[in-house]
Amino acid sequence: MLEVDDIDVYYGQLPAIRDVSLTVPSGGILAVIGSNGAGKSTLLKAIAGQQPVKSGRIVFQGKDVTQLPAYQRARLGISMVPEGRRLFRSLTVEENLLTARATKRSGPWTLEAVYERFPLVAERRTRRAGDLSGGEQQATAIARALVSNPELLLLDEVSLGLAPKIIGEIYESIPIIREQGTSILLVEQDVQQATKASRDVHCLLQGRTSLAGRDLDLADITRAYFGG
Amino acid sequence: MQYLNAIVQGILQGGLYALFAAGLSYMFGVMRLVNLAHGALAILAAYGALFLVDAGFVSPLLALLVVVPVIAALGYVLQRFVLQRTLSDSPLPSLLVTFGIAIIIQNVLLLWQTANTRQLRLGGFETASFSIGSLRIGWLPLLILLVAVVALGVLSFVQARTPFGRLVRAVSDDAPIVSLVGANPKHIYAVAAAIAFGLVAIAGVAFGVTRGFDPLSGDLLLIYAFEAVIIGGLGSLWGTFLGAIILGVVQTVAATFDTTLFDLAGHVVFLIFLIFLPNGIIRRKVRL
Repeated sequence: MLEVDDIDVYYGQLPAIRDVSLTVPSGGILAVIGSNGAGKSTLLKAIAGQQPVKSGRIVFQGKDVTQLPAYQRARLGISMVPEGRRLFRSLTVEENLLTARATKRSGPWTLEAVYERFPLVAERRTRRAGDLSGGEQQATAIARALVSNPELLLLDEVSLGLAPKIIGEIYESIPIIREQGTSILLVEQDVQQATKASRDVHCLLQGRTSLAGRDLDLADITRAYFGG
Repeated sequence: MQYLNAIVQGILQGGLYALFAAGLSYMFGVMRLVNLAHGALAILAAYGALFLVDAGFVSPLLALLVVVPVIAALGYVLQRFVLQRTLSDSPLPSLLVTFGIAIIIQNVLLLWQTANTRQLRLGGFETASFSIGSLRIGWLPLLILLVAVVALGVLSFVQARTPFGRLVRAVSDDAPIVSLVGANPKHIYAVAAAIAFGLVAIAGVAFGVTRGFDPLSGDLLLIYAFEAVIIGGLGSLWGTFLGAIILGVVQTVAATFDTTLFDLAGHVVFLIFLIFLPNGIIRRKVRL
């Protein structure tokens, strides 16, 4: 359902991603791992439309979306939980969720369904998003992405800076999201967390693919992760 | 009694300022853009109404039905295709461009309408008044104050309660993320600009029936609007309203001592606020 075909992404003159190709099958999951600065977040931004692609193609559900602006990709069903949560701080939690209705997409994730899945978010619905704890913010960010009923959910480092208990709760929701037919592409620094969530792993090193495959050996992943 | 009268007249005067300042405050609140063409646009709207009245429109009030949508559409186009490109971390590009737009508008008006002072007529309504005790209250200033309250009330409601208002607040929090939830930030900015321009068009026509204007009258209006916005608190609509009323009252009360103090007193109060209460009466964190 998502095909990234040989893309290059540059920040000005600096290459951030070179010759990266990957596929996420319909209803499937893929974990992209790599160290700091490997280009993981850039890859997600390119797919979501927040970062222009210099060459190569991004095909989503058979449609070439490489030149589409981010908001149109969101309406087609690509939804991203950005790095650092990025909630609308002055809006309440519920208002944050409601903004995602701008995609005009309907499906199983109604406001009620999202609240049922994330009781923590439901409890805080009238609070300003800027006043939430890190874990509450992350759950709200995922809930906001779900309200747009995405076909493909991009998760950028959802475990960053959170307590292990909260990370566990967030990763528990991934199979449930997949059950509703949403494919997932997640980016993670934590290799163990990533391999637990997804059998398919794509490893980036300095902007290039260093390893990709299913049920990979941890020693191979470690080598691909750090280089050498 | 003399002071009570001055205060009442000042509040009425403040209504006009509020109408002016609302658009300036709104655009700043939404996209951190200070529109230096605000005053010139108001005068452009007044000339637009004058043109329509000369062309056979019965009344400037009827002309509003044409002028407001036209100026609002101009706001959409200008924001989407010109001002959008000036938005950056630095406020300078947008200041320069809107200043340039003000100069263009003023000079086009000078060429087209000359520097003669003109006024819009409402067939006597502009000078009609009624008395409460010894107070004389003009129907027109009262109407303008009411229009200002209604306009700000509607805009506040839109901001607080509608999906569009929610997205406007979201876009001023974090514009790139708004595109991730499926809305186009550029479109939201442009609609916000259209609303601000529509408001200033109403204000311009209201000003044009209140007193005489010429192509350069906008400069002073811009300063009044600025002062109201700063006194009230940047980006807060009701703060702006309060600031406008304070400015109006200060000016008219000072003028009871000496009519030449009218402008000076307003500027002095504005400076006092800038020094001691730079965030205005209604504090709202502003990130520049």
